[in-house]
Amino acid sequence: MLNSIELNLLKTVADIHETPEGAYNIRQNGKKAARNTTANIDIVTKTDKDGIDIIIKPGTKNESVHIPVIISEAGLHDLVYNDFFIGEDADVVIVAGCGIHNCGDQDSAHDGVHTFFVGKNAKVKYIEKHYGAGDGIGGRLMNPSTVVHIEEGGYMEMETTQIGGIDSTYRKTTADLGEKATLIIHEKIMTQGTQTAKTDFTVDLNGAGSSCNVVSRSVAKGNSEQTFYSNVNGNSLCHGHTECDAIIMDNGKVSSLPQVTANCIDASLIHEAAIGKIAGEQIIKLMTLGLTEQEAEEQIVNGFLK
Amino acid sequence: MLELKNITYSASEDGTEKEILKNVSLKIDERFVAVTGPNGGGKSTLAKVIAGIYTPQSGEIWFNGENITDLSITERAQRGISFAFQQPVRFKGLTVKDLISIAKGGKITVTEACDYLSQVGLCAKDYINREVNASLSGGELKRIEIATIMARGTTFSIFDEPEAGIDLWSFQNLIHVFENMHKLLGGSIVIISHQERILNIADRIIVVANGEIQSSGTKEEILPQLLDGYTFCSALEDKLK
Repeated sequence: MLNSIELNLLKTVADIHETPEGAYNIRQNGKKAARNTTANIDIVTKTDKDGIDIIIKPGTKNESVHIPVIISEAGLHDLVYNDFFIGEDADVVIVAGCGIHNCGDQDSAHDGVHTFFVGKNAKVKYIEKHYGAGDGIGGRLMNPSTVVHIEEGGYMEMETTQIGGIDSTYRKTTADLGEKATLIIHEKIMTQGTQTAKTDFTVDLNGAGSSCNVVSRSVAKGNSEQTFYSNVNGNSLCHGHTECDAIIMDNGKVSSLPQVTANCIDASLIHEAAIGKIAGEQIIKLMTLGLTEQEAEEQIVNGFLK
Repeated sequence: MLELKNITYSASEDGTEKEILKNVSLKIDERFVAVTGPNGGGKSTLAKVIAGIYTPQSGEIWFNGENITDLSITERAQRGISFAFQQPVRFKGLTVKDLISIAKGGKITVTEACDYLSQVGLCAKDYINREVNASLSGGELKRIEIATIMARGTTFSIFDEPEAGIDLWSFQNLIHVFENMHKLLGGSIVIISHQERILNIADRIIVVANGEIQSSGTKEEILPQLLDGYTFCSALEDKLK
């Protein structure tokens, strides 16, 4: 049974209020708490290591899978391997997320390794939220690794959000794309206090006609520090775009290293990076509409990370 | 009613202090007041002093019987002063609907937002969820800026060159917007403009030049002087060619 703190974590990371519809697997303090499978989506516990295989049958349309992880025990280090096999022509939404509530004085950590095998012409939307809460002095740490393989004509959209309470994170994403495959990544990060976040993307555009768009928007407040690194390798006729846009506040520090490498004459690659504080004129404009300086700042940050 | 008493404002430019407004005194209680004059004469500075963006070195500002000289931008906005920027600000992430909601002071329905947008000649469904970012043209931003001022619904509004960049949208529509605003809200609308057609609807025209109010009066009194001035300038230009 989940207590109220755990239910709240579940609601925050997976938008689950009650039992979710469709397939799901809820992992609580390193163990399976609940699972449901459907005719088209199977979830199988791994036998060689901790984790699950999510198997989505070819042609599955308009179904969703929720696989939230919640940790409410201090001192727990949870390492899990989840593999997603998305069949040809499937069109699904996968919602993952991890919430840590740490009231103790020992670190709690969740390291998830997610590997996606996106089949021919399959379409996946992957939503991942990370959130930390609790007033203990123990750290809340998350180090997600995501590995993506997209076959011909496949499409994957990743929306990752980490907007509070995670003390340290190292997010690593690698992807390789086949012919005419598409990968779109939208990352949102907010750090405060003394939190650190490092994010690292490597995308190999191997197939002709493949494309990717990696966009990161982040806000660093307090004394927090962030590093954004991305490398898009154009290995064929392809389009790649990577962009990091960051707002710094207080003593926040952000370092951005977007990199593009063309290994093929037909590769077309763009990188962009912009870091700066909130423009004074933006705050003034919202103040002329009746907001206080603080309210104006909140609106700008919330809009930026929306 | 708004009153400026002996306002002086200077700012440093290339290390030297430059007086931008020189002892300006002014009362505004008419429907439409047009402020005109040469570029760099102090028009926009005057507007920003009224909105609280610039703090004058001396003088007082009174609004509806209250001394607002020491009030912040926010407090003045909350008292009912609106200001449409000459160069509207862009926001990554905030949508047109967000901005209109903030201006209105709370959540608004899509229908309400659409109503403001259609009044400024924008097809609401194309714009409502768009971000107020660099993807919008200067003219589109100007119209959205005007829509936010309409949504504010205050009795005192200043528009800084609202006609700039809205070529495809007729002046007549812009004038309708001002007329509708006045019909709905009363109060005063101050329009900084160089356009004769805007000056033509003004109850009073104020000419600001070189940091001072050079002249102030009805359009019958002021327009002929201005037009003479323009004739003189173009004649001079012709000679120089």
